[in-house]
Amino acid sequence: MNTHSHTEEQDATNAYQSLAETVGHDDPRWAFGSGVEDVQAEITSPVPDGVDAGELAQYCLMLGDDALICSHRLSEWVSNAPELEEDVALANIALDLLGQARVLLARAGHVEGGQRDEDALAYLRTEAEFHNVALAELGDGLDFARAIARLLLFSTWRLALLQRLLGSRDPVLAAVAGKGVKEVAYHRDHAARWTVRLGDGTPESHRRMQAALEGVWPYVGELFRTSDVERSLAASGVAVDPADVRDEVDAVLDEVLAAATLTRPQRPAIGTIGGRGGRQGLHTEQLGHVLAEMQSLARQHPGATW
Amino acid sequence: MVTGAEVRARAAAAAVVDPEMPMLTLADLGVIRDVDVVADAVTVTITPTYSGCPAIDAMRDDLRVTLAEAGFAQVQVRTVLSPPWSTDWISDEGRRKLTEHGIAAPGRAGPRAAGPVPLTLTAPSAAVRCPRCGAPTTEEISRFGPTACTALRRCPACREPFEHMKEI
Repeated sequence: MNTHSHTEEQDATNAYQSLAETVGHDDPRWAFGSGVEDVQAEITSPVPDGVDAGELAQYCLMLGDDALICSHRLSEWVSNAPELEEDVALANIALDLLGQARVLLARAGHVEGGQRDEDALAYLRTEAEFHNVALAELGDGLDFARAIARLLLFSTWRLALLQRLLGSRDPVLAAVAGKGVKEVAYHRDHAARWTVRLGDGTPESHRRMQAALEGVWPYVGELFRTSDVERSLAASGVAVDPADVRDEVDAVLDEVLAAATLTRPQRPAIGTIGGRGGRQGLHTEQLGHVLAEMQSLARQHPGATW
Repeated sequence: MVTGAEVRARAAAAAVVDPEMPMLTLADLGVIRDVDVVADAVTVTITPTYSGCPAIDAMRDDLRVTLAEAGFAQVQVRTVLSPPWSTDWISDEGRRKLTEHGIAAPGRAGPRAAGPVPLTLTAPSAAVRCPRCGAPTTEEISRFGPTACTALRRCPACREPFEHMKEI
């Protein structure tokens, strides 16, 4: 028995050794990423004519931070979902969003002058330097209905934005949208089907799905509030004015809620601080909790390689 | 004009296998965009299947090693996102190999229609043939499988679960 397990252990060690030799890295990697900037050919495209580089960088951070923070919240479900298939599904959705975030953050870093790469932007910014909407950062207390309600709103809204960004004058935004539309369409269908299954399920699942919608609804208003950066870039054909997607998002949500026998919540939107919110770096206390977990390793071991 | 070195580089790059589905070469998968040779330097351009596909790093490493072994002193691997990869780019040979290895090949994704993406609340299509017993209809267990590009299904005839490469 002992001999057997010893052999297995040796085999495993050898397998890892040979794997490392085959790959033959000539450069050590920072432990937290693999430097998408050097390889993603489009990221270094010039800023489109007449577009302010600072504004473009900030817009890329908005869309990138939405994806990054929402991805982190989804990843909290790994090993906690109601069934194994759902662990895998939420992890896959989180991974798609993380991929979109990496490109957008790398683009932001390049456009702002190349001082910060995707990792520096993800791991070394403080709360006030993040530009995501509050919906992305909301915790769900591992209540599955709340996770689904958040994903339904987030993916419906993001899909509408990305679909309009297909024609963006910025080639990176257009490229992220090209892949993202296909991916987020799957995310939205997944969230919508769960909403119907829970809403049109048992009295208990219906009650909890309705309660989950009531909980996230106050954060819907912010999704359609246009920041100065978005207004300016929308005028130059680079960005989408989020106010323009409201009707489309409402129509999709109405269709899902009707099929799910759920009621559209009548909840007032959370207030702003002098008109400012997530897009201007003002967040709920929940973002701090996300960053504490997401950034702790990178901050404790700066520049670590493996 | 295609030189001998270019033919060699293309053949070497095309034969690298996908790290997650090693029955497929990168050529089968349709992710190689370009192979460009200047003297003993080669630049390979690839495209990721999904935005967050973790296999892309392994593909890049494998391309570097393979092309170095094929005699190229400098190997650069570039990644491009646009135009976005589609399962329609998987070769017929690739589809055959997928089925042979128990993974149902994707149906045709087709070009994306203009305008907003329609919501799909209806049950997923049953018209995916079982790669094991050939039953014409099967059921979806989960839209998201063990890799980003597959869904989980099961066959009511032979009772076996299997993966289906979903159309994108």
